Amino acid sequence: MANFLFGRLLQSLVLLLIVSVIGFAVLHLAPGGPLAQFALVPGLSKEDLARMAHEMGLDRPLPVQYWEWLTRLLGGDWGHSYRDNRPVLDVIAGRLPATLELMGAAILISVLVGAWIGVMGAIRRYSTFDMLATIGAMVALSIPTFWFGLIVIYVFSVHLGWLPPGNRTTVGGDGSFLDYLHHLIAPAAVLALVEVAIWSRYMRASMLDVVNQDFIRTARAKGLPERTVLWHHALRNALLPMIALAGVEIPTLLGGALVAETVFTWPGMGRLLLDSLGYRDYPVVMGILMFSAVLALLGNLLADIFAAVADPRIRMA
Amino acid sequence: MTASLAQSSPAVKTGSRAWRRFCRHRLALFGIAAIVLLVLASVVGPSLIPFDSLKIDIRHRFAPPPFEGHLFGTDQLGRDLLVRLLMAGRISLSIGFAAMIVSTAFGTLIGVAAGYYGGAVRVALMRFVDAMLCFPQIFLLLVLAAFIQPNVVTLTLVIAASSWMEVARVVEGQVRSLRERDFILAAEMLGASGRYVMFRELLPNAIGPIIVAATLTVARAILLEAYVSFLGYGIQPPMASWGNMLNNAQQYLGSAPWLAIFPGLMITLAVSSFNFVGDGLRDALDARFDLN
Repeated sequence: MANFLFGRLLQSLVLLLIVSVIGFAVLHLAPGGPLAQFALVPGLSKEDLARMAHEMGLDRPLPVQYWEWLTRLLGGDWGHSYRDNRPVLDVIAGRLPATLELMGAAILISVLVGAWIGVMGAIRRYSTFDMLATIGAMVALSIPTFWFGLIVIYVFSVHLGWLPPGNRTTVGGDGSFLDYLHHLIAPAAVLALVEVAIWSRYMRASMLDVVNQDFIRTARAKGLPERTVLWHHALRNALLPMIALAGVEIPTLLGGALVAETVFTWPGMGRLLLDSLGYRDYPVVMGILMFSAVLALLGNLLADIFAAVADPRIRMA
Repeated sequence: MTASLAQSSPAVKTGSRAWRRFCRHRLALFGIAAIVLLVLASVVGPSLIPFDSLKIDIRHRFAPPPFEGHLFGTDQLGRDLLVRLLMAGRISLSIGFAAMIVSTAFGTLIGVAAGYYGGAVRVALMRFVDAMLCFPQIFLLLVLAAFIQPNVVTLTLVIAASSWMEVARVVEGQVRSLRERDFILAAEMLGASGRYVMFRELLPNAIGPIIVAATLTVARAILLEAYVSFLGYGIQPPMASWGNMLNNAQQYLGSAPWLAIFPGLMITLAVSSFNFVGDGLRDALDARFDLN
């Protein structure tokens, strides 16, 4: 286990390093580079810009610049927002809870609904339910999330008036938990659509894998009721690969959250990215890009560790 | 009995067997039909409709469908929605195909090189692929799109730049396992160069999974184009794309819902068609499915 942990940790660190190089490259790809913030300030001469470039160390070799940037990043100094000069990490931290809540709710929905659909599809393979679930999953993966969001708003907010069309709480409302939950339903369901589809497919495949194994035949042979065999013996083993899937799905989920947040004016990290792009607030853009990659890396690492804890076969391999 | 004999007989060529399996896949056939129909309609359709996609007609704004020849109604500037949908189809489908070609070519190149050379080359290339996949695709795409002057070509390149990684992974896996086979050893012993082995021996044998990945990449690229254009960083109005048509539709959701419904249906139809075809191709080209 110690070997497995060490190897996995080392791998993540290497990936983190490459991720940071990509991030640094993207930052320098930005039109005007890190100096872009001053391009629109009136009264700055070319000499002023050159002097500032020198002060910011932009005339030094790129590897040196990268190294300084990386050490600052690791020290928690992610730069300041062009917009209000607040530290980037603070700006992100202010928006993170909203995104994490949205993602958490979506994961909950997709794990429960997706796993159920997948298991039922595997048990009644090639039944009408299975066929419909297969087609439904493929269509769900093809629906643009933002459009689905618009349709949900149209049906449930404009027409039926059941759900609020956006925001996290009612403006000027009592701020109660129920009010908050009421606002969470639509964006979480929209975000979950794609994930339900993915989870149901993986769950079905995993369940089919397990059901054909010897220990299931043994369980049946010793006369256990089919329900116990499926929901106890098979499901527990079929869920193991799903732990790793949860880690892999984090970037997709974050991307989906951006779209859902845009449509439902949910004040999360995705909206922040879009707003910052609009203001050409590159430090915040970079910060979110790096932060989301780190989040994905961490999620992957944790998922792999959990999977190894739950399933000894993984850490032995 | 005879049927199973016929299927296992080596006289039946792999190609025709794959074709028969593909035809069994009704959804894939539906997908092919829908794609052909969409492409035809986008190419020919606009010249058959007596309206111009850019002509503003203030007197007939927000005409609900169907209205005096405007089969799908008109938008907030009185432009015919159907002809705009078809013109948008040209743009969105072209970007989808073009981005697929660029990203498949690049991903294949990376994957073949990584799988063939192995060792340090493989580690370097595939770790780079892993790192790229850590970024949410939409984040990466949006940031890159915000840096460029968006037009059809730059948008295609940016979409390709953020979606070649899956192909690279698929190809690398294929090539790595093919690399150990005897026919590669034979080719090398005959003195074939590295380039010959990579592109004449390995690549043709890995073509099945590449085609599947490419088909799914078209679907993905159409979706991505719709996302960036919806968010305002893609195709710019007055040029229509399925994504940017939805951009304006959101504010008229209550009064003119058809503006939101039709473009979304077009995207869903196009994307699910490519996904169906990709799925059918996977079943047809993947020998493992023979066992089931």
